Amino acid sequence: MNSVIALIVGDAQADRAVPPTGLTARLTVFVSAAMALLAVIALAISMTTARVADAWADELAQSATLRLPADRGDVDAMLQTALRVLEQTPGITAARALSSDEQQALLEPWFGPDLTLENLPQPQIVTVVAGGAGYDADGLRARLSAEVPGAVFDDHGAWREPLLKAADRIRLIIWGVVILIVTTLAAMVTLAAHASLVANEQVIRVLRLVGARDAYIARAFVRRYTLRALAGATVGAVLGLLILLAMPQDQGRDSILLGVGFAGFEWLWLLVIPLLSGIVAFAATRTAAFGKLKEMT
Amino acid sequence: MRSISAEVLQIAKGSAVIELDKVSYGYGGSMLFSQLSLELAKGSFHFLTGASGAGKTTLLKLCYADLRAKTGQVRLFGKDAANLGRDEVAVARRRIGVVHQDCQFLDHLSIAENIVLPLTVAGRHDEVGKNLPELLKWVGLTKQADQRPPELSGGERQRAALARAVILSPDVILADEPTGNVDWEMSERLMKLLVELNKMGKSVLIATHDLGMIRTMKSQVSARVSRLKDGQLIQAGADL
Repeated sequence: MNSVIALIVGDAQADRAVPPTGLTARLTVFVSAAMALLAVIALAISMTTARVADAWADELAQSATLRLPADRGDVDAMLQTALRVLEQTPGITAARALSSDEQQALLEPWFGPDLTLENLPQPQIVTVVAGGAGYDADGLRARLSAEVPGAVFDDHGAWREPLLKAADRIRLIIWGVVILIVTTLAAMVTLAAHASLVANEQVIRVLRLVGARDAYIARAFVRRYTLRALAGATVGAVLGLLILLAMPQDQGRDSILLGVGFAGFEWLWLLVIPLLSGIVAFAATRTAAFGKLKEMT
Repeated sequence: MRSISAEVLQIAKGSAVIELDKVSYGYGGSMLFSQLSLELAKGSFHFLTGASGAGKTTLLKLCYADLRAKTGQVRLFGKDAANLGRDEVAVARRRIGVVHQDCQFLDHLSIAENIVLPLTVAGRHDEVGKNLPELLKWVGLTKQADQRPPELSGGERQRAALARAVILSPDVILADEPTGNVDWEMSERLMKLLVELNKMGKSVLIATHDLGMIRTMKSQVSARVSRLKDGQLIQAGADL
């Protein structure tokens, strides 16, 4: 805690005791900025994936489709029976038969707008909306097979699960990438701090000669690298923000390719990432500094 | 000349500030000296002489715990240096002013900032303004205060190193060839400054091969002279 307070308050004289090191300073700022930028983008993709996956999962969980075959006799009679069954099923809040135009619109992407469905036998599609605690899908299937032979009830479970699994995997991979970014930042700052400590061995020797404690010497290095990492990461986070703002936004279409970014409290990541970079740099430099000072004894 | 390497070389009466008790040290496989004992009493003045490579600098480094004895015991202000942690060594060094032959400054800081460095690292910032002008005047570097160490002559650097060594008013001054890079006139001036410090009650240990300087200074201060030769510490006498 004292180290953190000393870091924030600072000691101008202690800071001046270590000469400025141009290259390592610039590299630390650059690496921190790059890592923060990557972290922002990765987290934004992760959050967006999560949101889109949740939206899809919710939509699919609440909707189902009933398909009545065209080759089993009177489709209208089957439809009436099916609608009655659906209305009587607890957990089903709405059931509606698609119009001929709506069914044609569904096929349009595959067959084009010129297809005339009137000339073709076509199954009747019924959209089903569930609510509350849901419904007994197995029971409904059993009843439909008895009362509406040939009807196919699809609750989207077959492809909802793989979708959710894929979304979870993507999130997991991205969090792995974020952890890798943080670890890389720690490694780079440690290397830079090590290089600086070695380059300033004579300075350290003089400081020790005049009675400087390790904490005093380490503080000058730790403060320097922590502030550089913080500054670099802030620049990286701001650049990340600008990139996210420049992305095409269309939240309504639930596409991962559109609307990559944060929502609500997720925007706080833009503050957390620079702070986390500073904390990582603080821990990495402090460990490196005390380790190297012990080695120099 | 008589060998006293295995016995305590008492420099002056009074309590010891630094003691080396049957200390051995060497580099690589060979020993530079062994079973060497030395007691630096409070307020004493001591010259340590010997040929180049005899181990004068090594002995001084043992005295301020920059090196650890292979065998034997080094006591700083009554405490075994081997048992001191790095922070305790740092605190002990605030009571020991060291002047190196090459001075060892921080070249990116001004001479004034270098001189007050011991106060800065000790967190005694409020004493900087009080002590610095007087000290600069004492060593004759008032005009050079804002210059960087590389811009100063050898003598000026030595005086600056001496000012830095005494700014915390330490109990002991250890000087390694303080007149090595300066002319005779400057040597005498530096030595007079060290004698002044001794008269203020500071213990002084000077490692030098400049026998002429030792002879001159012996007329001004009651000093003991020891010689490091063949790994032994010998009290020098009339042969000096």
